[in-house]
Amino acid sequence: MASLKELRARIGSVKSTKKITSAMKMVAAAKLRRAQLHAEAARPYAAAMRRMLGELAGSMTGQDGLPQLLAGTGNDRVHLLIPITSDRGLAGGFNSNINRTTRLTIRRLQSEGKVVKLLPIGRKGYDYLSREYADLIVDHVIGVGGKEIPFSAASDLGAKVTALLEAGQFDVCTVIYNQFRNVMSQVPTPLQLIPLGLEEAEAKPDPNAAQYEFEPDEQVLLERLLPRNLQVQMYAALLESAAGEQGARMTAMDNATRNAGKAIDRLTQTYNRTRQANITNDLIEIISGAQAV
Amino acid sequence: MPIKVEIISPEKVLVSRDVDMVVMPGEEGDIAAMPEHAPMMLLLRGGTVTLYEGETPTDHYFVGGGFADMTQTRCTILADEAVPVTEISIDAATARLEALTEAWESADKSDVSRLEGLMSKIQSVRAEIDAGAGG
Repeated sequence: MASLKELRARIGSVKSTKKITSAMKMVAAAKLRRAQLHAEAARPYAAAMRRMLGELAGSMTGQDGLPQLLAGTGNDRVHLLIPITSDRGLAGGFNSNINRTTRLTIRRLQSEGKVVKLLPIGRKGYDYLSREYADLIVDHVIGVGGKEIPFSAASDLGAKVTALLEAGQFDVCTVIYNQFRNVMSQVPTPLQLIPLGLEEAEAKPDPNAAQYEFEPDEQVLLERLLPRNLQVQMYAALLESAAGEQGARMTAMDNATRNAGKAIDRLTQTYNRTRQANITNDLIEIISGAQAV
Repeated sequence: MPIKVEIISPEKVLVSRDVDMVVMPGEEGDIAAMPEHAPMMLLLRGGTVTLYEGETPTDHYFVGGGFADMTQTRCTILADEAVPVTEISIDAATARLEALTEAWESADKSDVSRLEGLMSKIQSVRAEIDAGAGG
C-alpha cells in the first residue's frame, strides 16, 4: 500500500491537473462563443453567393466550355483530399475522427484504383498523415486555426487549389472537415468542391421572374464567381472547424475535470483509510506494549 | 417604394435596410439600382457605393470589388471587402498601395494574369484612398 506521503503528493498533483483542465474548459467556452459568432456572420455571404451562382449556372446549362471549377476536368481519376484539423491537441476525438475518416477515404479510393493526393490543413492532421502517407502529400498548411481566421487565409488556400487544378494535378477535390452540430457533437463531413455538384448549384428558375441581365457577360461573371465561391466554401469549412475544435475541447476538458474530481475523491478516501489504519496500528502497539509491562 | 439593400462582406453583413436608390461602381461604369429595375448581375470594381434616401445621399461605403445582384425589390452587394468611407485609414491604404506597386515592379511582366490581378488591386486601393480623402 502506498504511504501517506505518496498519497498526499498524488492528490496534490491531480488537484492541479483539475485546475488546469477546468481553466482550459473556460477558455474554450469563451473562444467557442466567438467562433460561433464568426461562423454565423459568414453565412449570409455564402448564401447570397450560392443564390447568384445558381442563377448564373441555371442560365448557362447546356452550354459548352464551362469552366473546370464548375464542371471538373471530365475525369475522375486523381482525387485531392483536404482534411481540416486543428493545430493543437487536447480536444477529445476532434482530430482523430478526421484522421480516421481521411484514412478510410484514402483506402476506399485506392481500392477503386484512383490516385489520391493530400493537402492537410492543421498540424495534427499533417503529423498523422505524414507518418503513413508521406508520399501522397502535395502541400500542407499550418497555423490557420489561430485566434481569428482572416478571409485571406481562405483565399490563399483557394488560390493554391485553383493553381493545382489548372496544372492538371487532380480531377476531384474534396474537403473533409468537422461540421459543427452542437457543442457535444462534431461530425466529420466530406464536402466536394470540384467539380461543383451541379444539382446543388442548378437553379430552379422562377417562371414569373424576369430574365436576368449580366454585365459584362455570363462567362466572365462565372469565371470570377467560381474561384470566389471556392474561397467562401473553404472559409465556411475553416470557421465551422474552428468552432467545432473549441466545442470538442470544451467537452473533453469538462470530462477531464469531472474525472479528476472523481479521482481526487477516491484518493482522499484511500488516504483517510490508510491514516485510520496507521492510527489503529499505533494504538495496538502502545496497548500491547503497556499490557506486556 | 423603397429597395432593400444589403452590403455583405465575407466576414459579416454591413448594411441591410431600405433605401430609395443605390449607386455602385460597376466594372464597366457606375450603375444605379432603383426599385423596379430589371434583374441584373454585375461585376464591381473598387469604388464607393452610395445609398440615397429621396434625393439625398445618406451613406457611403467603400467596396474593394465584388459582385452585385439586383432584382425589382432588392439589391445585394457581395463585396470582397467593405468599409464605411468614414472609417477608411488613408495611411494604411497608402502603405498597401506602396507594397502593391513594389510587387508590380518586381513581378514577372510575362505573367499576364498576375499582372492583371495586381493592377485591379492597385486601382482598388487608389479608389479607396480617393474615397477616404473625399469623405
